[in-house]
Amino acid sequence: MSHALTTETKEKPGPSPKAKAALSEGKKAERRLGLLLCAPAILVMAAVAGWPIIYSVWLSLQRFDLKFPDRVEFVGLDNYVTVLSNSYWWNAMWITIVITVVSVLIELVLGMALALIMHRTLVGRGIVRTSSLIPYGIVTVVAAFSWRYAWTPGTGYLAEIVAGGEPVLTEKIPAVMVVILAEIWKTTPFMALLLMAGLALVPDDLLKAAAMDGANAWQRFIKVMVPVMKPAILVALLFRTLDAFRIFDNLFVLTGGSQGTSSVSMITYNNLIKGLNLGIGSTMSVLIFIAVAIIAFIFIKLFGTAAPGSDNGRR
Amino acid sequence: MAEIVLDKVTKQYPDGAVAVKDVDIEIADGEFIILVGPSGCGKSTTLNMIAGLEDITSGELRIGGERVNERAPKDRDIAMVFQSYALYPHMTVKENMAFPLRLAKVDNATVEKKVRDAAEILDLTQHLDRKPSNLSGGQRQRVAMGRAIVRSPKAFLMDEPLSNLDAKLRVQMRTSVSRLQKQLGTTTVYVTHDQTEAMTLGDRVVVMRGGAVQQVGAPQFLYDHPANLFVAGFIGSPSMNFVPAGLENGVLRSALGDVPLTDRVRGLLAGADAPREVIMGLRPEHFEDARLVEEHLRGGGVTFTSNVDVLESMGSDKFAYFSLSGEQATSQELAELAADAGSADVPGGGVSLVTRISAASTATEGEQAEIWFDADKVQLFDPDTGRNLTYSTE
Repeated sequence: MSHALTTETKEKPGPSPKAKAALSEGKKAERRLGLLLCAPAILVMAAVAGWPIIYSVWLSLQRFDLKFPDRVEFVGLDNYVTVLSNSYWWNAMWITIVITVVSVLIELVLGMALALIMHRTLVGRGIVRTSSLIPYGIVTVVAAFSWRYAWTPGTGYLAEIVAGGEPVLTEKIPAVMVVILAEIWKTTPFMALLLMAGLALVPDDLLKAAAMDGANAWQRFIKVMVPVMKPAILVALLFRTLDAFRIFDNLFVLTGGSQGTSSVSMITYNNLIKGLNLGIGSTMSVLIFIAVAIIAFIFIKLFGTAAPGSDNGRR
Repeated sequence: MAEIVLDKVTKQYPDGAVAVKDVDIEIADGEFIILVGPSGCGKSTTLNMIAGLEDITSGELRIGGERVNERAPKDRDIAMVFQSYALYPHMTVKENMAFPLRLAKVDNATVEKKVRDAAEILDLTQHLDRKPSNLSGGQRQRVAMGRAIVRSPKAFLMDEPLSNLDAKLRVQMRTSVSRLQKQLGTTTVYVTHDQTEAMTLGDRVVVMRGGAVQQVGAPQFLYDHPANLFVAGFIGSPSMNFVPAGLENGVLRSALGDVPLTDRVRGLLAGADAPREVIMGLRPEHFEDARLVEEHLRGGGVTFTSNVDVLESMGSDKFAYFSLSGEQATSQELAELAADAGSADVPGGGVSLVTRISAASTATEGEQAEIWFDADKVQLFDPDTGRNLTYSTE
């Protein structure tokens, strides 16, 4: 059969040079139209995202402290040297990484369990789905305040029951754990939602076939479901990792960054807005930008995550 | 290898809907059996119950003499081929075929050998390292078959395995499925909605309708001796012609004229308690251009003259279509068949007739033709129950 196919293609007359030229002419016009159609979006993006990025890079190369407005000058990479050799920055970086990795991993496991439950539930599907999404629907700051009160001795039940009246938010490690808990509680539903979309990609027949081939439930999950829904899992992880890396609101409310619990976003805010140091603050925000870019790069290039929106059929 | 017995197997869903009702089938060891019927007739549900993918509400399923109702699919030692092929997209052809063996913890050398052997049988050797997404439909189908045969299971279950292939390839694969089954001698249950596949593949065919078995038998037997209107209309392509007729003094009065009952038909009718209004069934090949029928044979049949609506020349023979005045045959079975064929809403005033006549016929479209048919081949059905009044097992 394949033999017949190849001869068939060979016999097909090649396109004449003239037709080729016409084709590329048409392609050119198409490309022009494509660029033209993209132009408005590109302009808007350049205005709202491109310019601020360029401006903050420019600011990060200057000594620019609003407390000393007369002493603005170009200092090259001095600000980067200052930040990268500072122990506060590195502490914040480690706190951020710990919060990101731990919360995302736990969210992945819980989110997968929740997604499976939501996917499988036959009775009261709507209620199960809606109720599990409630945490995600609550404003983070409001939720964070509830957590803070819950963990504050005297007002909170968690402080009494779990911590035995200890003020957990005043100690570094327990405080970070509480922050992680609040993050998990808040965003697991989001993870579950993304994973559930992935579960829908796994054809029923595939699981039936695996059952017939002798796989038990766990083998079906590990050997068939997970590999097939890998693109969805990676996208969910990418979203959540980037999101978790920028953690700010939960920390701001729960600890305010005390006891060395600041994240990178938090000390950037402290330097840029509270400290009015535009140079150092911008340097930090550029460093966060680079870190986020590296995470995205790792996911997309190394793990082969299909960039959201680009469904190139790589499954 | 084993025989499969379905003993009053019933499937009822929690909402009360009965998908399969009291199905009794005995499938012999090594037999190739086809479950056929229109969509929603319960054939796939029956297959899934044999597979263990659906629970059996009542009745008993025995494979190799053992009751397996409560056993998980993986413990039944049967393999299944799905309509969608259900190949694991993240595995190569080789890994796909080795998957059931790996799960069974078969050692590497044996896996390697069995996969090679299966690949050889199915002509997949040069594709072993490719992913399913890089294969053609026919190749995917063969990989699905390969995954089933590597384990040498007790039985194969096939759920419309060829219906995603294009027509030409389907005919080709039909032959290879048949050959493969003969070669391996494994009990096979094959589900299809295509009566041609049913006729050509199986040792026996089970015709299902609305969750119940209509008739079980060898393809030719079902064709010649349908138990009821449904089987008669479902088996055969083009399907049997149905003409309403009145039974009066040993003569059938119909739109085709008066048809005398032959001795055979009269004998069968005598024991059948026939009503006065019946449906007369005639296969297209039992018609012939009257001019080509020898004089001495004519007496055994009836001749009618009508206008040829459409004439299709197939080369080996011709299909002539007629529309006769008079009422169309109506019954629940016929309405269901029409709905399944998608012709329920085709306007068809009067009786439409398909005849298959010799290629030598000179009948022309739009002109009158004289057509003869063999009165002894007439089958009569009860319009209310659908029962074949002329049913015999000879």
